[in-house]
Amino acid sequence: MAETMQFDLVSPERSLMSAQVTAVSIPGTEGDMTAMPNHAPTITTLRPGILKVETEKGTESFVVTGGFAEIGEKLTILAEKAVPHADMDQATYEALVKEAEAAYKEVKDAYFENEPGIVDEAAKLLQDMVAVGTHIGLDPMSPNF
Amino acid sequence: MPSLKDLKNRISSVKSTRKITKAMQMVAAAKLRRAQDAAEQSRPYTERFNEVLGSLAASVGDSPTAPKLLSGTGKDDVHLLVVMTSERGLCGGFNTNIVKLAKTRIAELKAAGKTVKILTVGKKGREQLKREYADLFVGHVDLSEVKKLGYADAQGVAKDILTRFDAGEFDVATLFYSVFQSVISQVPTAQQIIPASYDAPEGEEGATALYDYEPDEERILADLLPRGVATQIFSALLENAASEQGARMSAMDNATRNAGEMIDKLTIEYNRSRQAVITNELIEIISGAEAL
Repeated sequence: MAETMQFDLVSPERSLMSAQVTAVSIPGTEGDMTAMPNHAPTITTLRPGILKVETEKGTESFVVTGGFAEIGEKLTILAEKAVPHADMDQATYEALVKEAEAAYKEVKDAYFENEPGIVDEAAKLLQDMVAVGTHIGLDPMSPNF
Repeated sequence: MPSLKDLKNRISSVKSTRKITKAMQMVAAAKLRRAQDAAEQSRPYTERFNEVLGSLAASVGDSPTAPKLLSGTGKDDVHLLVVMTSERGLCGGFNTNIVKLAKTRIAELKAAGKTVKILTVGKKGREQLKREYADLFVGHVDLSEVKKLGYADAQGVAKDILTRFDAGEFDVATLFYSVFQSVISQVPTAQQIIPASYDAPEGEEGATALYDYEPDEERILADLLPRGVATQIFSALLENAASEQGARMSAMDNATRNAGEMIDKLTIEYNRSRQAVITNELIEIISGAEAL
């Protein structure tokens, strides 16, 4: 039997999952990482992506839009918004992309086009969101940049 | 002395009032349960969030580069009061209590020579404050169309506040809302959200240093603090929603009981005057018979 750790996935509105898991793939802002039991204590922020949770019974995945993860003796993910992969359909996904797109446009209008930092970040967020679509087999749509 | 017909009409009108208040009480009870559930569901998130933010804030806290949301602007001249009340009335002293607390604070701040700005969430508090402090208003958030409070609503409010903060419109922000304790007790509370004060976790000194941060601590903190504001607003909104339903439930319970008492009183009066009328008629008949 593989070693397990306590895993909690919570969003502000509800707690989505709480279980013993063997490994969790986290879409971190600076790259994906997989946390297994006895991982070094780490706190990382999340980018829009797919969270893959491996338990002894099987694998579950969630689409998260952002938030952060705290890895310690147990693993807690505080997601801004998290949707189980199974519940994710084109309509929900499109709403998420639209949201990211709107945020990007707003930032782009408010700041100079090429100002580094805030505009780039919003653009990256949008691209990540689009990439999620490709990963889960939904039409990624191609927003106008 | 009201006539029999008048009394009868009043009894039936009080009866229908009682029906309405009874129905409202039951609706409030059902909504209260839902509101409490929602508050319960959000608790794990809020607790974890505050823990992490607390330990982060403790490790970055004193550095001069700490984000303004945490360390403040260095002044406390302009205060923003975010007053959260309900969108509907008929909930006893719920709104009045929150507004009263806010008014006391406004008076204190004004006496201390500070500038006060008011942002209201919910229609009822706006109406009450507008009478006295119309010139202090900077905004209002309307949630009357919202059926079920979501995190997105809180984010909207938070965004409004943060934009104002970034524009340097105020130095200190305080939330006014009611903490739900029980159906009969809701406590109006003032909570300072900017600059944020997070309690560092107790006992484990130095434990915070063990974490690896990705990206570095300050970037994470800068990312998390605005979310912390949204999270606090969200839990305040939920807490307030539960309080509102609780207050409405007990107010309607009282109203139903009062209506019941009134019906009893009116029924007694009605029976008495009915008997008086009968006695009167009998006397008339008997004295008429005797006269023959």
